[in-house]
Amino acid sequence: MTQTEQPVELAPGTQPEGRGGRGPAALGFLREAALLPVLAVILVVGAVISPVFLTTDNLLAGVGQQVSALGVTVVGESLILLIGGMDLSLESTYGLAPMIAAWLIVPRAAFGSGLMLNPYIGILIVFAIGAAVGLVNGLLIVKARLNGFIVTLGMTVLLAGLQNGSVQGQSPYQLPQPFGFLGTEYLGKVPLSLVVAAVVFVVAGLFLRYHRTGRAIYAIGGNAEAARAAGIRVDRVRIGVYVAGSMLAALGGLLEAGRVSSVTGDQGYQEGIIFTVFAAAVIGGVSLQGGKGTMLGAASGVVLLGLVQNIINLSNAPNYWQLAINGGVILFALVLARIVGGESSAEKG
Amino acid sequence: MNVDNEQHSDTDAANAARAAVAARGISKSYGSTRALRGVDLELAPGRCLGLVGRNGAGKSTLVSILSGLQRPDAGEVTFDGEPAPPAGAVHAWRERLATVHQHSMIVPELTVAENVFLGRLPRRRGRVDWAAVRASAAAVLGEWGSGVDPGRACRDLSVEQRQIVELARAVAAGTRVLLLDEPTAALEHDAVQRLFTRVRQLVDAGVAVLYISHHLEEVFDICDDVAVLRDGELVLAAPTARLDTDALVHAMVHGTATAGERSAAPAAPRPAVAEALSAAETPAEPPAAAAAAAGTAGPVLELRALAAASPYGDLRGVSLTVAPGECVGVVGLISSGVVALGRITAGIQAADGGAVVVDGRALPPGDRAAALEAGVGYIPEDRRAAGYVGGLSIAENMTMSVTDRLSTGRLGVLAPRALTRAARPWADSLALVAASLAQPVADLSGGNQQKVTVARALARGPRLVAALTPTRGVDVASKELLLQALRQAADAGAGVLLATDELDDLVYCDRVLVLVRGRIAARLPGRGYDRTALIAAIEGVAGAFDARPTTETTEAGEEDQ
Repeated sequence: MTQTEQPVELAPGTQPEGRGGRGPAALGFLREAALLPVLAVILVVGAVISPVFLTTDNLLAGVGQQVSALGVTVVGESLILLIGGMDLSLESTYGLAPMIAAWLIVPRAAFGSGLMLNPYIGILIVFAIGAAVGLVNGLLIVKARLNGFIVTLGMTVLLAGLQNGSVQGQSPYQLPQPFGFLGTEYLGKVPLSLVVAAVVFVVAGLFLRYHRTGRAIYAIGGNAEAARAAGIRVDRVRIGVYVAGSMLAALGGLLEAGRVSSVTGDQGYQEGIIFTVFAAAVIGGVSLQGGKGTMLGAASGVVLLGLVQNIINLSNAPNYWQLAINGGVILFALVLARIVGGESSAEKG
Repeated sequence: MNVDNEQHSDTDAANAARAAVAARGISKSYGSTRALRGVDLELAPGRCLGLVGRNGAGKSTLVSILSGLQRPDAGEVTFDGEPAPPAGAVHAWRERLATVHQHSMIVPELTVAENVFLGRLPRRRGRVDWAAVRASAAAVLGEWGSGVDPGRACRDLSVEQRQIVELARAVAAGTRVLLLDEPTAALEHDAVQRLFTRVRQLVDAGVAVLYISHHLEEVFDICDDVAVLRDGELVLAAPTARLDTDALVHAMVHGTATAGERSAAPAAPRPAVAEALSAAETPAEPPAAAAAAAGTAGPVLELRALAAASPYGDLRGVSLTVAPGECVGVVGLISSGVVALGRITAGIQAADGGAVVVDGRALPPGDRAAALEAGVGYIPEDRRAAGYVGGLSIAENMTMSVTDRLSTGRLGVLAPRALTRAARPWADSLALVAASLAQPVADLSGGNQQKVTVARALARGPRLVAALTPTRGVDVASKELLLQALRQAADAGAGVLLATDELDDLVYCDRVLVLVRGRIAARLPGRGYDRTALIAAIEGVAGAFDARPTTETTEAGEEDQ
């Protein structure tokens, strides 16, 4: 009896942990709402530091447009985190996909290949590259059972190399309008890219909440063995999520390219955006262990980091110190999110 | 000594005085479960004592107390009359007593010699004396004539050779007490015999051996004495020569050895057991016949000569059929392959040979989703590992296999309300105790978690349910509900394959098959079998079935012989 009955008796003891870590939907909402006071503090701090901060122009065009490309990528990473995976190569997909597309569509004079493809085809190429990278990652990780960390680490370096190599270190510019459209246009005062990001967040959030595959993603991240026992095609969903995540990163890259009207060799990997991507997701309550987190949370993480970034820019902090301030603030935000949300990124789900 | 168990003061006083290990009045409880109640046990030098008992009798607890891993609530352990080191003082205990576990405890990346001297490599002037390590390891291993090269990496060794290394470690440490915890579970027959020869050598050299095994025949082969635990109490301690298998099984089941001490020569092979079994055998699967007569076409499940080697047990050609409306129990020790059988049937793992045929169609091996589509519900053996997703709600877990049916439109949209509506009847019929169906399953008690797992398996209206140890770790009341739910599924026309190591799970079965070391060793009707005989069969008492030709009508019979 000792062996067989132990689990029963242990179960009550493990309850508090279970409650704290993964509450029901209502609790999860509360945890995300818990970031609201932090956002309020940031708004106050921002207003004190710079009179420009709390203006519609700054919040929409400054913060909004800057975070939209990042935000779309965070959605991709969050999906991958939810199935219990990770993808470091999203940052390079974010650079490579628009780079190759731009190279194929702009004239030779603007550092293009000279092929001058139709810009709409260019947009398709962006997504195709995203899908291809995601598929390779997914197959290597899910089918060949390679470690996701090292596979995507290798992939990110490879892709960044391709990004620079394909244009010999140049930055294609003069992006034709349809290609840069999403990143440059405004709807009144609202940047189109912000609308795109908002739509992506909402669609992903609804998908995760109300679609069978969305629910399967939570099941797989929560307990892949149980999901498989329940008849969910775990491998297929996992690969699909890697593909979707990379395509979202490619879309993020397209928005960014539009915003700066060119694709630099630095976009993505050299900027090191993957740290910010992970930080935004984790601050927003997406668990690195998989199975836990929502799009609402991820969005709040993105907004939080976007505001902080904006304040740093406005504060005239010395250039040489911006990186250190940025890293310090993100670490601080992670600690804060841990305290506020009770969510441990080290906790074994 | 007078402290000894009064009924069975077989150990002679002289021996007890210089017992290599003596446990007195050992009690241990986990919560409300009393694992051990005042157990007295003595191990004399130069004797091999077998410790037997059914699952949950307290063997594991006693072993962990004797090896210093746990502290008893009451009672004391002495070595050679001296008090034992405090529990948890690993090194001090290891000098007194060495344990060879069922699962190898060697470090695969180190060499044989390093493993033999693990944690106590001989040193000279602060450095490891590698020459001494190799020489002494070779000397110890040489004695065994094992042919294990001390310089080899242990990862290249066979299971048997790894065990030799573990024994050598014990010998090299100079331990005078050896505890063997189901050492033969992973060994082939010949290897078992070689192991026995080596253990015999040690015993003859004056080592005291405690031998824990599920296989009673092994106990008779190698042990001088045998002690029987039942419900945490020592119910029998006697020299093996004075007992026969019947008496031993009787003690394990009923607590006394009334079936009679051995009277005749060992040549008479356990008549009572054989009789009891063959008497119970006569009606050959009536429900299956009834189902066939009712005009149902073919069996819902047919396993054809399944063969597999896996961590979940080996199968060596198992064939069986399950008719619609029939509940077939497959019972055996966990190492016998019952779990592997269930996993293969459910499509969780692939067999090395043979086929799983559901409703006349062979399933693709190891494809759980395909098995589900073919109508196979699955209750995994370990609910925490595969039974539920702890962070998701009860409703969501219960409906996890039917989201395709519950979703609306071609887009696959799932309304949370649809999940709750589908889960509600299961929660009611299984008397699930929870705040609401939105509660995460991780917050439920073990019994209620298992109800969720069972509901998940049944929610799709399966043609066949592969239920693996469905009541493990579940309280008595929930047990009954879960088993009844399976019975109801069968009564509604599904086939149920209930693979278990727990006899109480078999109450609603129409037929029972006994699996021993990956083969079907006995076939019994669902009711009216002799419990004692069944346990004897499960524990692998050979002879009870040797003489009796199988009366099985299916083609499966060939595989047994």
